[in-house]
Amino acid sequence: MSFILSEDQQMLRDTAIAFARDEMPVSHLRELRDGGANGVDPATRAKLAELGFFGVLVPEEYDGVGLGMVAMGQIMEAQGRTIAATSLLQTAVLGVSLLTLGGSEAQKAEWLPKIASGEVSVALAVDEGTHHAPLNIATEAERNGQGYTLNGAKRFVSDGHHADIFIIVARTFGEAGQAHGISLFIVPADADGLTVQALDTVDSHGAAHLQLEDVAVTEDSILGAVDAGWEILEPALDRGRIALAAEALGSAQATFDMTLEYLQTRKQFGQLIGSFQSLQHRAAKWFTELELTRSCIGAALSGVDENRNDTAELASLAKARASDLIHLASNETVQFHGGIGMTDDHDSGLYMKRARVQEALLGGAGFHRDRYAKLNGF
Amino acid sequence: MAFDAPEELDNFRTEVRDWLEKNCPASMRTPMKDDEIVWGGTREAFKNPESKIWLERMGEKGWTAPEWPAEYGGGGLNKSQARVLQQEMRKIRARPPLFSFGLWMFGPALLEFGNHEQKKRFIPDIVNGRTRWCQGYSEPGAGSDLADLQTKCEDKDDHWLINGQKVWTSYADQADWIFCLVRTDRSVKHEGISFLVFDMQTEGVEARPIKLISGSSPFCETFFSDVKVPKDQLVGKLNAGWTIAKRLLQFERSSISAGGFGGTGGSGILPPQEYAKQHVGVDETGRVSDGDLRARIADHLMYAKAFGLTVQRSTEEAKAGQEVGHTASIMKYAAAKMNQDKCELLVEALGTDGLGWSGEGFTDDAKKATRGWLRSKGNSIEGGTSEINLNVVAKRVLGLREHQ
Repeated sequence: MSFILSEDQQMLRDTAIAFARDEMPVSHLRELRDGGANGVDPATRAKLAELGFFGVLVPEEYDGVGLGMVAMGQIMEAQGRTIAATSLLQTAVLGVSLLTLGGSEAQKAEWLPKIASGEVSVALAVDEGTHHAPLNIATEAERNGQGYTLNGAKRFVSDGHHADIFIIVARTFGEAGQAHGISLFIVPADADGLTVQALDTVDSHGAAHLQLEDVAVTEDSILGAVDAGWEILEPALDRGRIALAAEALGSAQATFDMTLEYLQTRKQFGQLIGSFQSLQHRAAKWFTELELTRSCIGAALSGVDENRNDTAELASLAKARASDLIHLASNETVQFHGGIGMTDDHDSGLYMKRARVQEALLGGAGFHRDRYAKLNGF
Repeated sequence: MAFDAPEELDNFRTEVRDWLEKNCPASMRTPMKDDEIVWGGTREAFKNPESKIWLERMGEKGWTAPEWPAEYGGGGLNKSQARVLQQEMRKIRARPPLFSFGLWMFGPALLEFGNHEQKKRFIPDIVNGRTRWCQGYSEPGAGSDLADLQTKCEDKDDHWLINGQKVWTSYADQADWIFCLVRTDRSVKHEGISFLVFDMQTEGVEARPIKLISGSSPFCETFFSDVKVPKDQLVGKLNAGWTIAKRLLQFERSSISAGGFGGTGGSGILPPQEYAKQHVGVDETGRVSDGDLRARIADHLMYAKAFGLTVQRSTEEAKAGQEVGHTASIMKYAAAKMNQDKCELLVEALGTDGLGWSGEGFTDDAKKATRGWLRSKGNSIEGGTSEINLNVVAKRVLGLREHQ
């Protein structure tokens, strides 16, 4: 396990931070929101593709960069700094991971180059309830003559409102709660019987509810083995969780920097408010949490690249702590800024809204504390 | 560095392994028992005779202080070699031969600020464990505001004359020598403090143990009445002791956050989830049945994991030449919280079995957990309170200003 970035990784980090700062600052999200774009931003997507960011996890043989999770984490952290709306988590992390972990040669050859080039965006559709519960799959995939028929519903699929293809988690056997019997299907967004209901979400990134009514798919749309989709779904989810934790870390760092600057400029009672001990101690505790969590995310990212056998544990560690961190950070940012923090003109509200989505997606602190306990045998 | 060539390091590893194989006694490869910890000094009883042999052998090699200069009895190893030694010792689960404030605090400060004669005189006996040191810092009126200390030191031409009182002097009743902050100028605060060392047997020195809420007495009140100290026992310049004091506090905070805490539990105590399983019970899948307690234990374990990873990260960053900042203060604050949370969870998981004090009816490990929990309350007070550490983080790391 290493916490020190290689030269390539450091270069990518610098590029990503500069890109987020210059091309997708918070003011850009604000413009998208006010223009009713609901997080859909083809121009930025094209620029991200040009930089090769969609192909960071795509192997070179499929026209990707093949750099690994530590590298991807730097980009996610950078986009978190400005809470930018991109489909990197869904497309470049979850989509690519599922395809590389379980895709057939034909599937990889068909989709990975298009993902790397930015031509195709992917959305993994797992959850059916209001809380992350990837084993609670009731969506049915029934065998028919040539393939399968899908029936069911998915809730709050992030980037689902502008995805080109979906990876639908469905059940070919057993009942909700069981790992065995879960299968994954690649379904184009324009498939007959698939209804995509765009959602106007609190963070202005958007999402979608999906309705599947007799959606017919062919045999070769199955991703991974029938009934054994969980074997690739779980490690892919873990990569997504780690990437999302890195994004939340970036947001937490940005809110901290913003607040620290305010503490050093805002005066009351003839003093800089940063000289008040009650605020100093809270800032110091916040900073401690930030540093502790940064280490967890660094370890989890490099854990994936090193193929460590405790990746699941590290993923839950990273996501639980990052969720707690961004919860604290976003609330403190509003409170430290006082009245100005309550106004729409100030960025702190935008960070808080995005924070709750970062927390909820792929499992919040409660989910991952419970999973961590389970993985540790209690 | 030529010595760091891989084959040189491999040779060194073989050498270390062979030496340890021949010289580390069998019982020194078993988990440490609380009452077999060796603190050295003239009062050391060596409850386990093999611990004496182990200390003598390690001391002779200088490997109790692997990176200190060989000229003063240290191991003279470079960082990579010291790491090899540590790895090889861990491999055979060798016990640390010596616990010592001399090794952790005074020695590093003396190597930085002392003169050659002082190093020659004091460092070798720290390395071989013959002298046990105690720390004369806090006073009844100077705790968190340490620089307000008033223990008087007068220049009597051929000696220093000390009058005053120290408190929270760890193991003063067991120590041979003391390193001590004294006031040599009353007209200024920080610039009127000097750093002295003297023999605890000197006439006029008296140490009285203080009984804590846990029932143990690791600390003393220490009184000085007309104590005469030779002139050459001033470390650094007159009135320049505060710089040494602060540096030494950094060493102290690092050694505390590296796991030197009182109340951690010690041998025989199981992790909180095991007590929770035994005393609270498990559901049909074998998990702790109280979901609330389970989540809080998991939260604590994750905090502990994050702490360990952060120690690892700052070590790597330091090695890579990156700026590390004042991580010691952050880590001291975090270590105190971590240990106190753990101790609370142990007692909570034990239920009423965690509420015994002495005698029959309670197991030894449960009683140890109870005493450890009480002792752990000092973790956020000793070596700089958590509030003082947060002040340090706010001012030195975050750059926030002092209130006017």
